[in-house]
Amino acid sequence: MTGKRFWSLLAVTLGGLYFLLPLAGMVDFSMRMKRGEYSFEAYRIVLADPQFQQTFLYSVVLALLTIVLGILLVVPAAYFVRLRLPGLRPVVEFITLLPLVIPPIVIAFGYIRIYNTSSFLPLTGTRSGTNLLLLFGYATLALPYMYRSVDTGLRTIDIASLTEAAQSLGAGWVRLFAVVILPNVFVSVLSGAFLTFAIVIGEYVFAALLNVNAFGPYMVWMGSNRAYEPSALAVVAFAITWACIGLIQLFTRFSKFSTARR
Amino acid sequence: MAFLDIQHLEKSFGTLCVVKDFNLGIERGEFVSFLGPSGCGKTTVLRMVAGFETPTSGAIRIDGVDIAGLPANRRKIGMVFQAYALFPNLTVADNIGFGLKVAGEGKAEIGRRVAEMLELIGLQQFGSRYPFQLSGGQQQRVALARALAPRPQVLLLDEPLSALDAKIRVSLREEIRRIQRGLGITTIFVTHDQEEALSISDRIVVMHQGVADQVGTPFEIYNRPATRFVAEFVGTLNLVDADVVEAAKGRVRLGEVLVALNRPLSARAGERISLALRPETAVLGRGEGHDVVLSGRIAEVHFLGSVIRIRVAIGGQTVSLDTFNQPDRPPPAVGTPVEVSISERDLLVLAA
Repeated sequence: MTGKRFWSLLAVTLGGLYFLLPLAGMVDFSMRMKRGEYSFEAYRIVLADPQFQQTFLYSVVLALLTIVLGILLVVPAAYFVRLRLPGLRPVVEFITLLPLVIPPIVIAFGYIRIYNTSSFLPLTGTRSGTNLLLLFGYATLALPYMYRSVDTGLRTIDIASLTEAAQSLGAGWVRLFAVVILPNVFVSVLSGAFLTFAIVIGEYVFAALLNVNAFGPYMVWMGSNRAYEPSALAVVAFAITWACIGLIQLFTRFSKFSTARR
Repeated sequence: MAFLDIQHLEKSFGTLCVVKDFNLGIERGEFVSFLGPSGCGKTTVLRMVAGFETPTSGAIRIDGVDIAGLPANRRKIGMVFQAYALFPNLTVADNIGFGLKVAGEGKAEIGRRVAEMLELIGLQQFGSRYPFQLSGGQQQRVALARALAPRPQVLLLDEPLSALDAKIRVSLREEIRRIQRGLGITTIFVTHDQEEALSISDRIVVMHQGVADQVGTPFEIYNRPATRFVAEFVGTLNLVDADVVEAAKGRVRLGEVLVALNRPLSARAGERISLALRPETAVLGRGEGHDVVLSGRIAEVHFLGSVIRIRVAIGGQTVSLDTFNQPDRPPPAVGTPVEVSISERDLLVLAA
């Protein structure tokens, strides 16, 4: 074994331990609920908890709605910026980066100030209004990921020629987007969608400040009141995130017409 | 009125005028090429016909109907792009059937028409493939079939061969012409390649700085160029200086020799003008009917295969001439004194 190889292995091992040890510890701890034996008791309790089911379902539905809203907002915007207004690209990129720069707590406070019950648009006054506000907030949070992945997808196809080809064959805007543009950036849209899903599922600040029983606040509540269940919950959350990342990989690899890897 | 009638078409981007007073009538079934260097406005005219650019002024009529106000998707014009622009997510068959589906044709009719188109382009086995599984030439044939499938009124080809390699380019252009003739579809073909334009067009429009310099058959364009630009852009040309002796009768002095052009000249006696000469019209030695004989010395010999291009120094000028290769007659050596004969009818007087 050469010296070089030894040091690279050491570096990789150290890095791996740094990331994996806490996870392993957490998994180990989450399975020690029953004294003296390994069991999935903590998981069973968590999964059977109606609070868990309710908040998780709520967050999943909200995440899916956020993805739909994000696609409807971002795909046409990114498309037209590329096709007609390339000069605006730096501006749009800057705007889509803002949610990463401005802390979510500032955005949430802004929402509460603007849309409170004594404002011109009292969204926080009703349940559905709050849900809507949360949806818009999450779409904003997801903007950097959604825009970037869609824009990258658009870069790989010649959208100007494809648009003109479809138009010369008689297609209108709706068909152009549904049949030509969207399917060709589908993989990018999906990776944006999965990132969005992962963000929304674990989001705490918006949900807590708007007083919504989402999955994020439930995890925090659990963490401050139980011993073993929070670890189980964290493992579940990790698994969801990893499943999302795995699905991105899977779709990228198995989309049958993608030319990116060939 | 012509089938496709373009009148006083103009296009400006800001203060830049890229197409100026463009007029053209194309008959039904005609194959017309727009030829010119990049930036001459040929693609802009095509894109205005397609509906991708809005004319600043002027009219475009197809079969008497003004289409200038119609959006691109309602013009019934087929278009083939330089970059193929096949839909990567659709199979070859779905690509070809796209326009028919948009038009609301039934499934059976679409299937029948797609099969017909695949046969037309000789890709019957490729219907279920995706575009990335095809070569460039095959993709462009599919693009052609896709444009033709909905039976457009006019077919527009925007440099469709530029992205292909030389051999495919020649075979595909012949195929395009064969298909166009077979269907009798009115076609505009944009190219910067003069050989392409000369070989397949019924007529050529040579464009230069937004203006149609000359409209004519390939034979006319090549042999009787109307402007200096057309003469220089199409084919290879010798430019020789001559001094006007008598303008009315077109008598000029070419080196030591007095030449009667037998046509009146706009320049006055004593002025110097440029005469143009195609390399293939000059003959080494004395040729039949070639009354103007100049003597010079071989300066360069370029062996191009079937053709040998010889450059002869005559006085202070150099004239290129082409001769066919003959295996039993090697070309003369550099420095050999020779005579070059030309016919005064082949000398073109170019407008400045």
